[in-house]
Amino acid sequence: MGVLELSGVGVRYGAREALSGIDLVVPEGQVLSLLGPSGGGKTSLLRVIAGLEPASAGTLRFDGRELTDVPPHERGFGLMFQDYALFPHLDVAGNVGFGLRMAAWPAHRVRARVAEMLELVGLPGAEARSVGRLSGGEQQRVALARALAPSPRLLMLDEPMGSLDRALRERLPLELRGIFERLGITVVYVTHDQEEAFSVADRTVILRGGRVEADGTPEMLWGQPPTEFVARFLGFRNVAPGVWQEAGIDTPWGRLSMADPRGTAEPAGDDAAASVTTEGRIELTVVLRPEALSVAAGGPISGMVTARRFRGDHVLITVAVADAPDLELELRGAPLPAVGDAVSLAVDPRGVILIPG
Amino acid sequence: MSRRAALLLAAPPIVFLAVFFAWPVASILAAGLFPNGQLDVRGLVATWTQPWALRTVAFTLALAIGSTLLTLAAGMPAAWVFARFEFRGRRLLRALSIVPFVLPTVVVGAAFLALLGPRSPVNAALAGLLGPSAPVLRLDGTIWAVLLANVFYNVAVVLRLVGGLWSHLDPRTEEAARMLGASPWRAFREVTWPLLRPAVMSAASIVFLFTVTSFGIVLVLGGPGQSTLEVEIYRQTAVLLDLPAAAALSVLQIGGIFTLLLLYARSQERLAVEGALRPAAEMARPPRTRRERLAVGGTLLGLGLLIGLPLLVLVERSFAGIGGYSLDAYRSLFSVSARSALFVPPARAIADSLVFATATLLIAGCLGLLAALVIGYRRGWLPRTFDAVVMLPLGTSAVTIGFGFIIALDQPPLDLRTSVLLIPIAHALIALPFVVRAVAPVIRAIDPRLREAAAVLGASPSRVWRAIDGPIVARAALVGAGFAFAVSLGEFGATLFIARPDTPTVPVAIYRLLNLPGGTNFSQAMAMSTILMVMTAASVLLIERFRGSGPQPF
Amino acid sequence: MSPRRHPAVVALLLATSAVVLHLSPTFAQSPAAPPQPSSPQRANPTEVTLLATDSFALSDDILASFQAQHGVPIQVLRVGDAGAMVNQAILSKEHPFADVLYGVDNTFLSRALDAGIFEPYAVTDLEALPPALRLDPQDRVTPVDYGDVCLVLDLKAFGSGGLPTPTSLRDLTLPVYKGKLVVENPATSSPGLAFLLASIEQFGETGSYTWHDYWRDLRANDVAVTAGWDDAYYSTFSGGSDSSGAAGDRPIVVSYATDPAAAVYAASPAPDVSPLGIVPSSCFRQVEFAGVLAGTDDAALARALLDFLVSQPVQEDIPPNMYVLPALPAARLPDAFARFNEAPAQPLTMQPALIGANRERWLAEWTDLVLH
Repeated sequence: MGVLELSGVGVRYGAREALSGIDLVVPEGQVLSLLGPSGGGKTSLLRVIAGLEPASAGTLRFDGRELTDVPPHERGFGLMFQDYALFPHLDVAGNVGFGLRMAAWPAHRVRARVAEMLELVGLPGAEARSVGRLSGGEQQRVALARALAPSPRLLMLDEPMGSLDRALRERLPLELRGIFERLGITVVYVTHDQEEAFSVADRTVILRGGRVEADGTPEMLWGQPPTEFVARFLGFRNVAPGVWQEAGIDTPWGRLSMADPRGTAEPAGDDAAASVTTEGRIELTVVLRPEALSVAAGGPISGMVTARRFRGDHVLITVAVADAPDLELELRGAPLPAVGDAVSLAVDPRGVILIPG
Repeated sequence: MSRRAALLLAAPPIVFLAVFFAWPVASILAAGLFPNGQLDVRGLVATWTQPWALRTVAFTLALAIGSTLLTLAAGMPAAWVFARFEFRGRRLLRALSIVPFVLPTVVVGAAFLALLGPRSPVNAALAGLLGPSAPVLRLDGTIWAVLLANVFYNVAVVLRLVGGLWSHLDPRTEEAARMLGASPWRAFREVTWPLLRPAVMSAASIVFLFTVTSFGIVLVLGGPGQSTLEVEIYRQTAVLLDLPAAAALSVLQIGGIFTLLLLYARSQERLAVEGALRPAAEMARPPRTRRERLAVGGTLLGLGLLIGLPLLVLVERSFAGIGGYSLDAYRSLFSVSARSALFVPPARAIADSLVFATATLLIAGCLGLLAALVIGYRRGWLPRTFDAVVMLPLGTSAVTIGFGFIIALDQPPLDLRTSVLLIPIAHALIALPFVVRAVAPVIRAIDPRLREAAAVLGASPSRVWRAIDGPIVARAALVGAGFAFAVSLGEFGATLFIARPDTPTVPVAIYRLLNLPGGTNFSQAMAMSTILMVMTAASVLLIERFRGSGPQPF
Repeated sequence: MSPRRHPAVVALLLATSAVVLHLSPTFAQSPAAPPQPSSPQRANPTEVTLLATDSFALSDDILASFQAQHGVPIQVLRVGDAGAMVNQAILSKEHPFADVLYGVDNTFLSRALDAGIFEPYAVTDLEALPPALRLDPQDRVTPVDYGDVCLVLDLKAFGSGGLPTPTSLRDLTLPVYKGKLVVENPATSSPGLAFLLASIEQFGETGSYTWHDYWRDLRANDVAVTAGWDDAYYSTFSGGSDSSGAAGDRPIVVSYATDPAAAVYAASPAPDVSPLGIVPSSCFRQVEFAGVLAGTDDAALARALLDFLVSQPVQEDIPPNMYVLPALPAARLPDAFARFNEAPAQPLTMQPALIGANRERWLAEWTDLVLH
């Protein structure tokens, strides 16, 4: 096991640049999730690490050794494909034991390891079953067992939850996380679902347009999304441009009093110092967390309730504000305004995210 | 597919084969086997055990097996390249690969002779370098010339049938194997080959049948002492009218072929792997690594040489004349000069060829599709036997079928002996197996879960078929259709032995040009052959357009 | 998948049947009475059918003149192979599908006559045809054309500075002609068979030098054997294709006496001298016959067609189209054929009955001698 280092990695298909300037270091044993919208280059990055595609720029090292000329079957990495790519002509044991056969393990050791892997993924005794007759969840487990059986130095998973139902999608990431921790394996996990990314991984890298848009722990990314794109991608709704000047922020919803954002906001990415104007104005993107808004008389924001949705432990209220995007807030307990009420909203400064630029 | 539906679908092809194959062949065989009303078993066995008969059978088998193996060896790399990679000129090259199929054997013989005979470019170069004492390298008259010509003819079968299935195999399965430690070759052997096997066997069966009934090319390129079973049957039937001996050989041929076909059908069912095919868009992409580029380039170069060189020779000879290169041959083809009425105006020959080819396409396409559906969707010994029966005309001597028509179809309403319709029928007998071979393995490989998924989503059975199987089957059927068209353009089957009304096709026009002496006949025959080549490539490309737009490879 | 739920399947079946029915002339024409052996004429004959090989050709206006005279057109049916044609006529004796057969030659004649497929008919102008060609005393068949199969020479290789011109069959066994001759396999080629018969006729089966000895000598002299005339002529004979430089390398081939004329006739501008020559003493006469097939529906029309075929206009149309000579002596030859016709007056011949009786044996012996 070792450290994975990518420097300046780029991939182009003809004229299209799918990845460019990727610098990434993955320490041993880390679970890294690669998050991003489709077409953002996540799968390309996986394939480059796996060796299934050549990088058109940059270098790839693992354990200090440069991997450019190493073919995929010699890298010792595991890859679990989207749609699993199980071998239809082999049964479950044949699939799971495939990598071991390639490594010329003796038959009895293969059998033992296959049983061990099936036990690990929760499919004990499934050796003789035909892969064509497995359910989606079972196929996923077999694919995982197959990838894990040869004890890869690095495991990559490409949208492993893609074709599963919602219940499994919520439960399985945690199970996977448990398996990864137990094995102490380095993992790169690709998904477009940020909930999944955050529940599985220690660290998330967000890719956009073939470049790294953000890189941090879930807490960091969630607490202070570095760019507007990341904020929106993570699901934040109340996003709008704003200008800080004279101890307050002018937003389309109203003026919020705030301390100097340069003290509270953490610079994110490349454009940290970009947007300070000469008059002491700072241009920002403002994100209001739903839980930062509350109904209070005399608040800086006034609007009208247009929708109310019950969400179990809270109610989601949509408030329309003149000349501004709708606001969403979560309310717990009474009083709950009705649809059509005029409301005034207060903002808790701890729930305001300020993104430079 | 229910039993009733299967019987309904199978009925038209069965009727067709019964009337136009089984009955004629049975008639001619009966005439030979029961010369005096009694089956002469001893005479049969005596014929079979004659030394020349045994020698002929051995030679025929050896030639067919050798040709099949060589064709597979040449065609598999090409199939891989065409299935997995996208490159410029791909569609054109694939259409061109089918051109050899349609060329008359005398024309191909001339091309190969020019390349392999005493006056080949290699020998010319040697003579230039080493003077008059240079060795003359020649392969004409040897078995190698025949083998090479067989590969030239048949590589398209492997390219298309194997490539067709290959392009539907998910490349990620191979990649998964590679990630699990399999080298590229091991990944192929362990994962791709088991999934590909049905198509390979499919293609091999056709190539084997073609080469085992090889007639013209053996005569032209092989030494005169080399005789196949087909040639012997021809001699007994058409030259000597020794029907008992011909029948003895035909029974041997048909019996042997039928047995092989039954075994083959059995293996096809067992080898088929469900779930190997996906209808999603394939990942044919341009070669990216240097190794890939080398592999693709090398394969294309080899294919280009194998197919392109002989074709180029023909084209070159059509332009060559006494005073250097010119269009004289073409001009004189199209001009109405004072010549023998034997010469066919090219426009007429082209029109007749296209009409017959279209008729063949319709007959073989529809009947073949119906047969393929039954063979692909049903299991058991009955569909397997049906499979073998459908393929049988390909392995039966053209002479037997042609003469069978004469004896059997002699009373109205089936007295088609003087009818133009007999020509596309004879073509369709040969073309039908192609359609079945192209479609049946593909059907068997479709992932049943895809159908189940569609059904669960609310699609009725016919909707499921239209959405899932339909596109896959349709695309495979187009591959078969392309072959059916080419088979007809090349005048295969019993048409040499059919009395045809005056509807000369392009190959007939070429034969007529070469049947009379004359200053420019040869160049004109080459010119006609070039026209035939262009016609074929254009037709195949046109047929493929019906696949619809979009980046679908096969 | 029942038909109710699959209109597509039903439509397909219907369409196929419709296509088949529509294209079948049996259904397109008015129904004809089933043919009976030796029945008198049909009520309304629509055409008269001529069965011939692929080498049959006559000018369109000549063929049309028959229709002008007799009111029905000639339907020409062509089989690619002459032997196959005759054998098919024999096999379909009970239910013939043509009225007149054209192109049975003297090597197949005895078999055709023995099978009784012809109805005897003496054409009106029978006396005008030379007795030497009338090989059937019962007039079951009528000679229509003849040609000689001879050794043909590419004159470029002979004469001053080149090879000496051979003058007899025997000459070809001389060392100077080693590797210069190409012949066709008599088992698969008609001129090849004619040449074999010529050698048998010339050297005989008994005596000091038989045809066996001749062929042994030829084999020792590196004779090339091809399967058919076209690959002999165009690929192995050096005078075959025009001088694109890629022709064969042997200057002597077994071919037809009309080759020298044909080389001039089709070339433009027409040269004064033909590039090809023949060895007249090697020629074997092939006569082609036509006859009325027994059991045809319309005997009267069939006979009219046979008369037509030996009439002068048609006979004069034969050389330019089929490159053989007309049976009718009165027919004028085209200029090139007249000038370059080197066929001997007394070529080698053999009785058809003799050919029929021994052909198989001779072919087997030849194959053993030359090919094994």
